[in-house]
Order: sequence, then C-alpha cells, then structure tokens
Amino acid sequence: MSKKLRPLPKAPTGIDGLDRITLGGLPRGRPTLICGSAGCGKTLFGIEFLVRGALQFNEPGVCITFEESARDLALNVASLGFDLEQLQKSKKLVIDHIYIDKSEIAETGEYDLEGLFIRLNAAIDSIKAKRVLLDTPEALFAGLSDTGVLRSELRRLFGWLKDKGVTAIITGERGEGTLTRHGLEEYVSDCVILLDHRVQNDAVTRRLRVLKYRGSTHGTSEYPFLIDEHGISVLPVTSLGLTHPASTARISSGIPDLDAMLEGHGYFRGSSVLVTGSAGTGKTSMGAHFVDSACVRGEKAILFSFEESPEQIIRNMRSIGMDLERWVKKGLLHIESARPTAFGLEMHLVRMHHLLKTHKPDVVVIDPISSLLPGGSEHDVQALVLRIVDFLKHSGATGFFTALNAEDDLQSTALSISSLVDAWILLRNIEVNGERNRLLYVLKSRGMAHSNQIREFLLTHRGVRLREVYLGPGGVLTGSARVAREADERRAEIQRQQEIQDRERAITASLRAVEAKIAALQAEKAAHENELTSALGADHAEKTVALADIEALRKSRGMTIESTGRTQRPNGREGKS
Amino acid sequence: MKPAKQTKVNHSAKSKAPAIRYDLRLYVAGQTPRSLQALANLKRICEEHLAGNYRVEIIDLLKKPQLAAGDQILAIPTLVRTIPKPARKIIGDLSNTERVLVGLDVRPIPGNGTH
Repeated sequence: MSKKLRPLPKAPTGIDGLDRITLGGLPRGRPTLICGSAGCGKTLFGIEFLVRGALQFNEPGVCITFEESARDLALNVASLGFDLEQLQKSKKLVIDHIYIDKSEIAETGEYDLEGLFIRLNAAIDSIKAKRVLLDTPEALFAGLSDTGVLRSELRRLFGWLKDKGVTAIITGERGEGTLTRHGLEEYVSDCVILLDHRVQNDAVTRRLRVLKYRGSTHGTSEYPFLIDEHGISVLPVTSLGLTHPASTARISSGIPDLDAMLEGHGYFRGSSVLVTGSAGTGKTSMGAHFVDSACVRGEKAILFSFEESPEQIIRNMRSIGMDLERWVKKGLLHIESARPTAFGLEMHLVRMHHLLKTHKPDVVVIDPISSLLPGGSEHDVQALVLRIVDFLKHSGATGFFTALNAEDDLQSTALSISSLVDAWILLRNIEVNGERNRLLYVLKSRGMAHSNQIREFLLTHRGVRLREVYLGPGGVLTGSARVAREADERRAEIQRQQEIQDRERAITASLRAVEAKIAALQAEKAAHENELTSALGADHAEKTVALADIEALRKSRGMTIESTGRTQRPNGREGKS
Repeated sequence: MKPAKQTKVNHSAKSKAPAIRYDLRLYVAGQTPRSLQALANLKRICEEHLAGNYRVEIIDLLKKPQLAAGDQILAIPTLVRTIPKPARKIIGDLSNTERVLVGLDVRPIPGNGTH
C-alpha cells in the first residue's frame, strides 16, 4: 500500500488532440496497431509520430517501409512540412525500404525472417532509436507464400520490439470483417487505433477511434481528424462537459437599441446567442454589427459565412454604413467563407477549431448555422453545434449564430439548438398594408431581465435601429402604418396642447376677474371702516362736552356727590323707569 | 555437363567476364543449423550442377548487418544469384534441389537428376 502505483508510461505522439484522447500518448515501449482502409492516413500518422518524436521529444525513429520507397515517402510528406531528408542527415531518422518481389524469389525449404530483424536492429542501434514505424508488414504476405512462417515470425517480431523497448507503430490495412487483412491485431494487442474515412453526402470525414488501450483509460468516441498542412489534428471535442466558467461581464450587441432591451448592457460575455428569422430579416446585419462593435473595442473576431464571400459581406455591410474592411486590414477580423457542401460536417468543425485556435477571437459569428443542415442529419448538425457552443464557451469567446427558418414555422426549425444557446432573438417579417416590415423580439435571454417588447427592426444607412411598434386593432403597426400612426399622434398632441393652452387662458382670465372684484370690495370695506371711525370719534367728543357741561352745572348749583347718581339716571337708563 | 548451359553462355558472355558463369551470395545469420544446412545443400548443388563454374560468397549478417539492405535480404537463409543477370533470390535452406535449380535457372543435368 505504501508503494505508489505507477501508471503505464506513455510516449506522447505530439499529434494535436491525440495525446488528450489517449491521456498522454501511445504505450511506451509497446507496439501500437493503426488500422484503416486505403487512404485513411495510416502512413502519415506513423510518419508524424516519428517526426514529432524526433523534433519535439528527442526520440529518434526508424521507419521500415514495405510499400513506398524512402524517396517517395519523403516526397509525399514534404507537403505537410516534414523534411525527412534533413532528419536522416541529422541522424534523427532512418528509413529502410523493404520490398519483396514474388517473381524474383523462389522458396526452397525452411527459412525465417532473421534478415528483417537484423536490419531493424541495425537501424535502431545506428541512431539509438526510440520509435519504430512498420508500414505495413502485411505487404510481406504478398511476397512470401509460407504464411505459417510469416505469422510466427511476425509474432516474434512484435515480441522482439517489446523486448527492445521501442515504441512502435504498425500499420495494417482494413480487412473484410477483420481489423486488418491478415489479422495483425492478433499479435499487437496493447493498443489499437482505428482510422476511418467515410463519405457522407458526397463529403468525406475522417475519424479516429481508440479501439483498445491495454492498461489505460482513453476516450472511446469516434473523433474527427483532419490532415492539412500542419499534419494530423484530432478533435476531442465531443465530451467537453459543462464546466465552463460563467462571466458576469457584458458585451454589447453592437445595436444600442437592442442593448437597451437586454438590461441596457447587451449579452453576457462568453455566452452563445442565436438569431433566427426567415429570409431577409437582417440576421447577417445583426451579426456584422456584433463583429463591428467588437473590433471597435479592439477585440478579435471571426465571421464564418456559409453564404457570402468576404468581399460580398464587406460590400453589403457598407450599405448600412459599416466598414468591415478596415478591421480585416487591421487583422482584427477574419472572415472565413466556405460553402457548406465543400466539406463534411466534421471537416467544418475541424477548420473552425483550427481558426479559433490560431486567431483566438473574442467574438465568433457563424452565419448561418442552418446552412450546415444539408451536410448531415439534424442530429449530426445539432451535435456539431453543441460542440461549437461548448468549445466557444470553454475558450471564453462569445458565439453568435444565425439560423434561417421558414416564415410559417418560426420556432421549431431552429435546429432544436435553441435550448443550447443562452439568448435567442427572433426576427420576423410582417406583411401588412402592402408592405413587408421586420420585427424583433427577445425570446429568451438567460440570466437577465430582458424586455418583453416587440420592436420594429429598421435597416438604415447608419445601421440597425429598433423602433417601438404600435398596437392597433389589427395587430401591431409597423412601417408606414406606424409612420401614419405617429403622425396622428403628433397631430393629436398638438391639438391637446392647444386645448390646454385655451383652458389655461380662460381660467387665468376668470381668476383675474375675481381678483379685481376682491380689490373693489376691499376698497369698499376700507371706506366703511373709515366712516365708522369718524362717526365714533364725533360721538365721543359730544359726550365729553356734555359731561363737562353737566359738571359745570352741578358745581354751579352746589350739589353733593350722592345726588349725582340720581341725576345721571334719566340720562343713562331711560328704558328702566 | 556442358550442353545444359548453352543458352546461358552467350548471355553472360556479353555482360561479364566469361570465366565465372555463376556468382552467388549466401546470406546467413550465425552458425544456425539451418544456415549450415543451406550451406551444405548449396555446395552439393553447385558441385553437381554448376561444374565448378561458379563463385560463392557467404555473408554472415550478424557480423555485417549493413549488407542486408543492399540485396533486400529479409529471409534467412537467402541465396542471391548476382550473375547472370537479372538477379534472383532463393530463400530457404535449399533442401528442395529442383526448386533451387529452377530458381537459379539451371536445367537439371541428365543423369544427375531424374534421368
């Protein structure tokens, strides 16, 4: 228990993607069988294994070729950038061409293939090779008639390779009902990789599958692979899983009005957006806006177009006031155009993968993804889109897909990918009063409170604009109906304004009248008050005079104070008497 | 013994020195029983059918492995007829005399063979 378990040592192939599937490479020190039908890339696979071993991992290699001469081989792989002659000169590679011509050989009794062993051994020892390619020993079956000897010698050979400790690749042609024509898989059983190329709808897709890997786990699916000027690349994109990070950062859609519908900030960065609509609803323009805004921010973008050439897109977008050419020249934008029927689905995926890896875009637009449909069944396309979506999410790029759907079937034909995407914007045409107008609405946008409104979508010479639509008795009003309605509204507004002004004036007038009345009454009141005070003053003066007179009279008569009260009585209280 | 090679004489005389009619190389790998067997068989056949008009070179690939590629040696033992041209290869321990003779393009000499 204290001993740490050592996993199977592996020899990395350096082939893009394969080392990920096999979790590190081929079993080190053991033979691996690569089988497949003619032209599926077996030899190339083996050569790449040797070349990368020599260049990247400092493991020299020996190539025993039974079919092609060393010169042919070197020529064939030169187009992939492999310089075999240079490698041979620098003692990184030995190529030995072994051939048997049955017509010049007579078999007379017992023999073995010791010569092959000796040659192989000499080649391995001459450069201390760590890797060996045998391509393909099955050719021996054509040259030698004693298959019993051949079989036992091949068995011995593979055992010998193991003892020698070299990591070997043995290729074999696919047979009827068996992996290889002569049953090499019986002898090489540590690791078996199957290459395949299939024609589907006139397009070829290459696939690779690790059939068997003794002592190691491995990806079991069929993985598409590509042979191009960089050699082989395998795409382990089937099972990326849902582990991508979720960004809270936002990215503008390039259309301010649309951003406003999405909480004012646009999409989530790293999310995937689907725009569906029937023909001519402006899907491409929306994609172009998105790309354009990314480039304005200095981000990188890729536009995959399945319908238009780069030139055409640039010209067309100029008509809505967008200059994409400058971004292309600046290297920020890459427009990749290819007919969907040019390759198989997988090939498209691989090409996209490649571009995404080399260009590292922040924004990717695929226009339209529905064009891929004829390239495979709906299931295939859905799987493809799933892979693209997953891959984009993992790389943190924001994906923008457009899809064409039929006018009368707006939601179902979205390739059933709508559940894969985070935001879904629907564009539709509406035909009313002899016009065709475009409508836009946000069907879903995960993780944000998006607008539920339908907007009219306008393509102006300054880009896309969104307008409020009017709800009329016959549905929403768009186009000239909307314009007429807007004019109506404007008129009504003016009228209302005038009415308000009139009423204001009337009220002000009556108010003033009242105020005037108030002023008059106040004046009257003041007059009355004056009158009152003056009257009271006179009365008081009279009273004083009268009292003084009475006093004077009393004094003159010599009356006492007591009598005063009596004398007062008739003056003050007349009513009581 | 001579009449059997009439057709060959002209042919080889044109291309090579007339002295040696058959130039043979036997490739072996060490002193294995099979190698020794092949060597013994070769000696017998040469003496019986080539009338001394031959040269045999024995190459041990264990000692000179680099020589294997030149003659495209794969099976051991292999007998290569380098002269007369074109080159021919006979693999195996040479125990089937008739086949060896066919391989070397030597007609069995009456009296020594079936007649």
